[in-house]
Amino acid sequence: MYQPGRTATWSAGLLVLLVAVVLVSAALGPVRIDPVTVAMAALNAIVVPTGVSVTSSSVTVLGVAIPVLVPAFEYTAVFSFDVAGSHQLIVETIRMPRIALAATVGFSLAAAGTVMQGFFRNPLADPSIIGVSSGAAAGAVAAIAFPAIVPLGSIHLSAFVGALVTAFLVYAIATEGGRTPVATLLLAGVAIQAFLGALISYMLVHSGDDLRQAVVWMMGHLNNTTWSDVGFALPVTLLGVGVLSAYVRELNVLLLGEEDAHHLGVDVERTKLLLLALASIVTAAGVAVAGVIGFVGLVVPHIMRLIVGPDHRILLPTSALAGASFLVATDTIARTGPAEVPVGIVTAFVGVPFFLFLLVRREVHSL
Amino acid sequence: MTDSSNRVNSGATEPEPVEETETHLEPAPITVTDLSLSFGDLRVLEDASLSIEPGEFVGFVGPNGAGKTTLLRAISGAITPDSGTVTIDDTDVHAVSSRASSRLVAVVPQDTSLSFSFPVRDVVEMGRHPHRSRFAAPTHEDRDAVERALERTRTTDLAERPIDEVSGGQRQRVVLARAIAQETPALLLDEPTASLDVNHQIETLELVRELVDSGRTAVAAIHDLDLAARYCDRLVLLAGGTVHDSGTPDEVLTADALAEAFDANATVTTNPVTGTETVTALPDATAVSGTGAEQPGESAASEPGDNATHAHVLGTGTTAASAVARLATAGYDVSVGPVTPGDAAAETAARLAEGAVSASDSDSSSRTVETVTVEPFAPLSADDRAALESHITQADATVLADLTLTAGNQLVLDPLESVEQPIFVETTPLTERNGVGAAARERYEACRERGVEVGLPDLLAGVEGVLSGSGLGTVGVDSSSPAVEADEADEADESDEASGRGDAVQESAVSQEASDD
Repeated sequence: MYQPGRTATWSAGLLVLLVAVVLVSAALGPVRIDPVTVAMAALNAIVVPTGVSVTSSSVTVLGVAIPVLVPAFEYTAVFSFDVAGSHQLIVETIRMPRIALAATVGFSLAAAGTVMQGFFRNPLADPSIIGVSSGAAAGAVAAIAFPAIVPLGSIHLSAFVGALVTAFLVYAIATEGGRTPVATLLLAGVAIQAFLGALISYMLVHSGDDLRQAVVWMMGHLNNTTWSDVGFALPVTLLGVGVLSAYVRELNVLLLGEEDAHHLGVDVERTKLLLLALASIVTAAGVAVAGVIGFVGLVVPHIMRLIVGPDHRILLPTSALAGASFLVATDTIARTGPAEVPVGIVTAFVGVPFFLFLLVRREVHSL
Repeated sequence: MTDSSNRVNSGATEPEPVEETETHLEPAPITVTDLSLSFGDLRVLEDASLSIEPGEFVGFVGPNGAGKTTLLRAISGAITPDSGTVTIDDTDVHAVSSRASSRLVAVVPQDTSLSFSFPVRDVVEMGRHPHRSRFAAPTHEDRDAVERALERTRTTDLAERPIDEVSGGQRQRVVLARAIAQETPALLLDEPTASLDVNHQIETLELVRELVDSGRTAVAAIHDLDLAARYCDRLVLLAGGTVHDSGTPDEVLTADALAEAFDANATVTTNPVTGTETVTALPDATAVSGTGAEQPGESAASEPGDNATHAHVLGTGTTAASAVARLATAGYDVSVGPVTPGDAAAETAARLAEGAVSASDSDSSSRTVETVTVEPFAPLSADDRAALESHITQADATVLADLTLTAGNQLVLDPLESVEQPIFVETTPLTERNGVGAAARERYEACRERGVEVGLPDLLAGVEGVLSGSGLGTVGVDSSSPAVEADEADEADESDEASGRGDAVQESAVSQEASDD
């Protein structure tokens, strides 16, 4: 029978691993900083709000100025370790945002991948199986290549919207009479992905000077990350995975098949919609800021399933944490190599051989 | 609330309170009213109505495509009917949430996709899902229910094994354990025995029976009519998506009802071991003989006014049993003998005779089956001999189905002399069936020379051929009877001696074996 203590132990262990990987990663780079200094610099960066003041401002909507009150917080640093100014700057504003984003994206993709594999009862499912990544890519490429046409100012927002619109479209196509058969969903996802692939190619052909930017985005990248990227992706991811973790038992029961799940008290269609929506939002949050990073969401849940078993109550949190460590580690390789490469290339280089190894060993044959 | 009151009630009635208290549930009544359901254009259920009393074990029987599984799924709430209602414990299962309905009814599906390696105990634990709140860890009650369910299904030893590594029979028990752990007042089972061997079938149904007796209402779609009759309190015969008949097994399982519902030619008899109804489906006589099953005698009626043709079967064992069954089902009056009690042919004839009696009110299958039963290893008595002679001489056709020649029965060769064209069905060579020597063999073979040999599947065609070819299957009784009687007198003494020798041989063989051991 399921033991909550086992999940707690594994999660705590993986959290410690994540912290260690983060510290080592932040220590590596053109400037070597020892991990202790990194830890101190990171702690120095932690601030808490200690005061609040309200200022009046106004927002213009459709040419009408609407006055709003904006609260302004005053922050105070909790720690003040003695760290060289340049090191503090490198850790706080260059390496940490990128590492935090890598951890966030790894967390979101691995969690979403776990949910999708369970949901589809298919070992080949990944977070983008219903076209979320293709939608994000289409949105991002459109924003890059035709900034004049796409009204959503930022590439991130455009990608996020593209991802969610695609997911909704696939769900709507596959739903008939209140039922959404998983097989139809899968096929609709494949078809829409193919269509979006063609659309993206068309846009790339006509993207002119923006081609390079668009291609790099699609490969998955974490460079030039700012805290604002993290500020967008992290809350969405934590909220999404938080709600998903309340549905882990439903995910287990759904593995028995939908009719059995119904007989065991699961409101099947509602649960499916909820799982699909949350997994898509979490994925979209990740790919919108980091581009299409493959294999994290496919391989990490598989590895964790081999280690901790198929029970989603332990699989979901451990996969998410392991995914965070995995992407931080692979991104460290991506940025510290002789020439910086998009992290999506590294995850595929590392992930594919490992996945094939599992496949040949017949350890990945079913869920 | 109800849980605790149940526990108090059952604690007072159950002798072993620790084991049984929490599993004693208040069984729920199930009512199905005018249920209709279509898959696309296909009408699967049509105004199906039935009511099931609390604590009953009801079997759904019927041909493939009759709607058994669909009706079960509609009762469980898995599919929503086009019209009609299903209530369990006075709750409309289609009007409440799946959580609420899953507390009323547990389902053991025909096949569960369990192709992932959850440990058995975790699969059983999933049965607790309807009873648990979203964030709570398993409670003591949950753990107890799971352990009890494992114990009841004798799967405790498997509890740590991955579900995809246990056998089909074990897996079925695990799924049943899951349903038990669900602790619902009603239990639905879809073909619970379909993929199980005979031992596991019995085991599974015994367990369901136990569950019913300890306070559950159970409904099972069961293909095997014998098992259904044996374990169910009541059977519901479904055909064409509606309730064709409903009642106790002996009320529902009649040859006529089965003929209508299954479009099958079957006899219903009483299983001598279990004492419950047993159904034997027989090959469709119309397809074999080319004439209506009811009137094979039309082509060669022996007597005016008697439209049934009489066939006598000589022989024992399964070949003779099969011949008897085929002829009887095809509408012949059949006699068989000499056979010893307990022989397959004797048993078959006895069952068919009962079937003939029970179906006597319908003229479609009014036929008689008579048996000449003799004591094993004993010479034919005068009465038996007379009976046999009369059967053989009066029969329109005489069939020798793997007749074994023994000291006791070789007298049957005498009346055979008068049969013009006996029909032989042989699956083993005579040398293996001849226990009396060369003289008998010669007479038998001479008889075979005159006769026709057919395989068992062609038996009816062979009989038809003999009947139509010669008009009557026997030569006139008057002309041959003196000779027969003379022969008989001669050999009566011989046979007595022979039987004495035969017994001695038998006995010495037995004692030989005993001493070998």
